[in-house]
Amino acid sequence: MSLARTRRPVLGAALKDAGLAALVAAGLFLPMVGLRTDVGPTGALFLRTRWTDVLLLMAIVFAGRFLLRFWQEWRAERHGPSVQKRLAGPLSRSGRFVAPVLLLFALLLPAIPGIGRYELDLGILVLTYVMLGWGLNIVVGLAGLLDLGYVAFYAVGAYSYALLAQYFGLSFWICLPLAGLLAAFWGILLGFPVLRLRGDYLAIVTLGFGEIIRLVLLNWVSLTGGPNGISGIPRPSFFGLAFTAGGGPGSFADFFGLEPSPTHRVVFLYYLILALALLTNWVTLRLRRQPLGRAWEAMREDEIACRSLGINITTTKLTAFALGAMFGGFAGAFFATRQAFISPESFTFIESAIILAIVVLGGLGSQLGVAIAALVLIGGFEVFRDLQEWRMLVFGAAMVLIMIWKPRGLVGSRNPTVALGEKRTISAAMVAEGRG
Amino acid sequence: MSTPLLEIREVSTFYGAVEALKGVSISVAPGEIVTLIGANGAGKSTLLMTICGDPRARSGRVIFDGQDITERPTHHIMRGGIAQSPEGRRVFPRMSVHENLLLGAQSQGIDPAPGLEQAFTLFPRLEERQAQRAGTLSGGEQQMLAIARALMSRPRLLLLDEPSLGLAPLVSKQIFQAIRKLNAETGLTVLLVEQNANQALRLAHRGYVLVTGRITMSGTGRELLARPEVRDAYLGGH
Repeated sequence: MSLARTRRPVLGAALKDAGLAALVAAGLFLPMVGLRTDVGPTGALFLRTRWTDVLLLMAIVFAGRFLLRFWQEWRAERHGPSVQKRLAGPLSRSGRFVAPVLLLFALLLPAIPGIGRYELDLGILVLTYVMLGWGLNIVVGLAGLLDLGYVAFYAVGAYSYALLAQYFGLSFWICLPLAGLLAAFWGILLGFPVLRLRGDYLAIVTLGFGEIIRLVLLNWVSLTGGPNGISGIPRPSFFGLAFTAGGGPGSFADFFGLEPSPTHRVVFLYYLILALALLTNWVTLRLRRQPLGRAWEAMREDEIACRSLGINITTTKLTAFALGAMFGGFAGAFFATRQAFISPESFTFIESAIILAIVVLGGLGSQLGVAIAALVLIGGFEVFRDLQEWRMLVFGAAMVLIMIWKPRGLVGSRNPTVALGEKRTISAAMVAEGRG
Repeated sequence: MSTPLLEIREVSTFYGAVEALKGVSISVAPGEIVTLIGANGAGKSTLLMTICGDPRARSGRVIFDGQDITERPTHHIMRGGIAQSPEGRRVFPRMSVHENLLLGAQSQGIDPAPGLEQAFTLFPRLEERQAQRAGTLSGGEQQMLAIARALMSRPRLLLLDEPSLGLAPLVSKQIFQAIRKLNAETGLTVLLVEQNANQALRLAHRGYVLVTGRITMSGTGRELLARPEVRDAYLGGH
């Protein structure tokens, strides 16, 4: 009896909510799906209506929304509102095992039987995004500065290496730090005008900055080749040993007495990006426990309180922008050397959006969460390749589901960077966190 | 009276075209508790913020310990012996109590150990809650944390902006007792901004009344409490 009484308002609310959602869907789908123009036999356009499709879509939205609401209410009723909190404990504890396992998996991946060229390429792609996610995590997750133009630094890094190699013949290993430095410099350049901006305003300016960089690359044809991009970017060497397909004297295969194989370079690139990503993670974790990292987090929490404590907001912001940009630059240089060809097309806004999605879905500030989110999003995107354009739908649905299930991101909890007494065990977990 | 630790001379502060402070002069001697009372929007918090250089005074001087700090950047002022517990407490909610306290000492680059010890002696509750996230503390505990965090930089002058805001009377009494104890034991100079004029004037050695950007009255706490204008305007007329 009592159950039925508590259920009824839930049912009513869920029905009402679902009805509203269906109405919104109707508003959207009536013009978009309901009306369609086709080319007639004479070449003239004629209007075709598809009302059944619209009704079907509305029904799907209604049912989906209803089930979601019902499930939410039912769960709240059954477990109480603290279910998220109760889940947080075991999840952060399991993080202690997840991170080392992921790291081990990442380290051993090329040696696992059955892992071929395709899987390694996918691994490289995922790790590139892990690194970009970790880099952006410094700016967005730790310092709390919403940056929608992160891809600009990725582009600066990539073009730095490509141009320095093309015009001055510098090698990858010299250009890697230079690319990072140049990107950091651009990070500071972006940082100055936005020092006083926060939240949405900052987001808009950074978005514009990202577009400016792309448009400059696109239009400065004499330097960058414009839309044609830059090709023939030299590949990295292994301490001076080249990865040439045919082997030959001075090549990697020749030096180690191996059968020449194109896989060597892929494996090398894989470990290179793994090392770069781990470097990003290591630096971030180290800084988090130092005054600078603590100042970043404090700035994210409350800028005014920071100022009242004598923290220099200018340098704190600029260092966050510079460091985040630097890792973006490293990743960009790696991208250029891996692809051997770059063009402005690779640095569009959607890239910034994906990287930001990785950081947000992973849980702002969480290293492990970012790694998992990159794996899920980028890996998942690749897995659903057969679905063609439908995979965007899968991608969107996955994001919506994660935000419903874990609104603070996959790893939403934060451990203190300084541990006291019995909390020391958690500190150890945090050290391991995100190493994967 | 000895030479003042803090002296504000004819300070005017603007928000855009709006003049929030109209030539305010006050002084605070070392070891004193001075309170600034006034209604909402009188400019009390603006005065505290002007001392910190944010916003900067458009005219007039702010002298701390014989040095003109009017033009100094905020983070220099806050590293030079002045600390503020800001209005609305503003603890870092997702960070632990311990991290909050460390941040108080951080910009000074000093050893946080003595500050932590002082904080925990003053507010034993904070020691129990060290590992807890500051956002999960009660309002009173957050206020204790905000004061303790400000004290971590070992200041000579503590600026307190409405420490009793939104607290139960009993809790705000505890906070005021802690301030009194701090002043009596360490000789810390305190400039206190309060709406709760009764408690503030009882605690303070001296007080100023601020009305729409101007000082209209000053005197010892006892004197001001006895003034009928003060009683009518700020003490609910009893």
